[in-house]
Amino acid sequence: MVLSEPRVLAKHIEPGMRVALPVDYAGVSMAMTRAIIEQGAGHLDLVCVPTGGLQVDQLIGAGLVRSVETSAVSLGEAGGAPRFNAAVKEGAVRLIDATCPAIHAGLMAAQKGSPFMPLRGLIGTDLLRHRDDWRVIDNPLVDGGDPIVLIPAIQPDVTIFHVPAADRFGNVWIGRRRELAAMAYASRTVLVTAERVVEKNLLADEASAAGVLPALYVTAVARAPKGAWPYGLWGEYPADSAEIARYAKAARTADGFSAYMAQAQMEPA
Amino acid sequence: MADVLPREVLICTIARLLDGVRHVAVGASSPIPAAGAMLLRAVKEAGGAIGPRISILGSVEHNFFTNGSAELFDCAGQGRIDAFFLGGGQIDGFGNVNLVGAGDYPRSSVRWPGSFGSAYLYFVVPRVILFREEHTPRVFVEKVDFISAPGVSEDGVFRSGGPIALLTGKGLFRFDKTRPGFELESVHPGHDLAEIKEATGFRFAHDAEPRQTALPDRSTLELLRGRVFDELAETYPEFAAQMRRDLGTVDA
Repeated sequence: MVLSEPRVLAKHIEPGMRVALPVDYAGVSMAMTRAIIEQGAGHLDLVCVPTGGLQVDQLIGAGLVRSVETSAVSLGEAGGAPRFNAAVKEGAVRLIDATCPAIHAGLMAAQKGSPFMPLRGLIGTDLLRHRDDWRVIDNPLVDGGDPIVLIPAIQPDVTIFHVPAADRFGNVWIGRRRELAAMAYASRTVLVTAERVVEKNLLADEASAAGVLPALYVTAVARAPKGAWPYGLWGEYPADSAEIARYAKAARTADGFSAYMAQAQMEPA
Repeated sequence: MADVLPREVLICTIARLLDGVRHVAVGASSPIPAAGAMLLRAVKEAGGAIGPRISILGSVEHNFFTNGSAELFDCAGQGRIDAFFLGGGQIDGFGNVNLVGAGDYPRSSVRWPGSFGSAYLYFVVPRVILFREEHTPRVFVEKVDFISAPGVSEDGVFRSGGPIALLTGKGLFRFDKTRPGFELESVHPGHDLAEIKEATGFRFAHDAEPRQTALPDRSTLELLRGRVFDELAETYPEFAAQMRRDLGTVDA
């Protein structure tokens, strides 16, 4: 495993790829956001696992996004996601509205190499009505009736996330954030940024091995201290809610967004 | 002891609605439902009983899950979550919830974050409490513009859960899935039926003179203002501080 840097990792991202990104608190690689924007590959189809925030809003604001499959997009306490909301109003991105467990079910199907995963709920919702890729069948294991929704496998081209530690063998520590593993299993390419890179093999200790995503699923790792900022990282540092609020205010207009993104303070102080 | 604050009435009402649950899940930004769950736990434990397990999403302190963000939904699917709360940009008289947006989908004139887990949890959590403090005709509409989660399902559709009540800043409604529709159960102090009718975009059943929402007794209020606000401050520091400031005002 060759240790890389975010800029080099971003070269894996090509136009039209399907890119999976984690929820706010699971380990968002904000360090990769700027690298992706500089790389400039557009027409991306984002999959939010299972919801999106700052990173998704910034990629949309930068004009790189063709569609968003998500259960929600928001900036949490800082309010609505401004560039996402503007893009919805303009019809500039294709919306693929989902519900959290449906995103997880799609990834789980891909993880197992199965074409779909059945899921309860959903019947009678307008989510289902607008999803021509979701199918309703009658449960074949009972005598008639019992409709259930089939969620097709979600196979991202790329998954991108941030973790506290990686080792020099390419193993990464994901702790209890198991959705990061699900994303990795389902994806062809997995790009990880880490707070630090340790010398010891993370798999060597039986007490911690179960919280490790093995290098088998990891394409490339880059070191990125404070790489989730202004989001927080579990066990490491809290979110910088003042900075997220500052973005929320600035990005209300396209010009304000551009000005925010252009300034040097994209790195933590 | 100070008069009871409107939000204390809401918290105590939620604790009553949750009575008997073993496990309640609460959203990351839902301090009032969390306080209701914590109050129930405190009341149970003060009486020597075992209180409910409380899972607060996004919290480290109040989180029993080790299998990522999918585990909550798996847990609900297994029948291990008895109660949950849903809000909504719009809620209609059939218990339908809209978390997506106002106007024509997909180019909603006002876009809200999205459906989150509602399209699943509403089906499989037995006691879903609809909670929205803002009680206005723009929230409580005749018909939602987008169904994130339906109040009721057709016969034959698997459904072990659904709404049992709607709690607002003005009153408490019970949901009757057989009609289907809401019935006004009680009116919070300082509000009345005429005002609630004016503020509600859907029709609902009610008594000619609906009763007032029950107020907490002294021992419950002491638990709330002591132990529960202390516990709440760990996860929702700003909300707990605000409640204590409000109480200071009333005390004075």
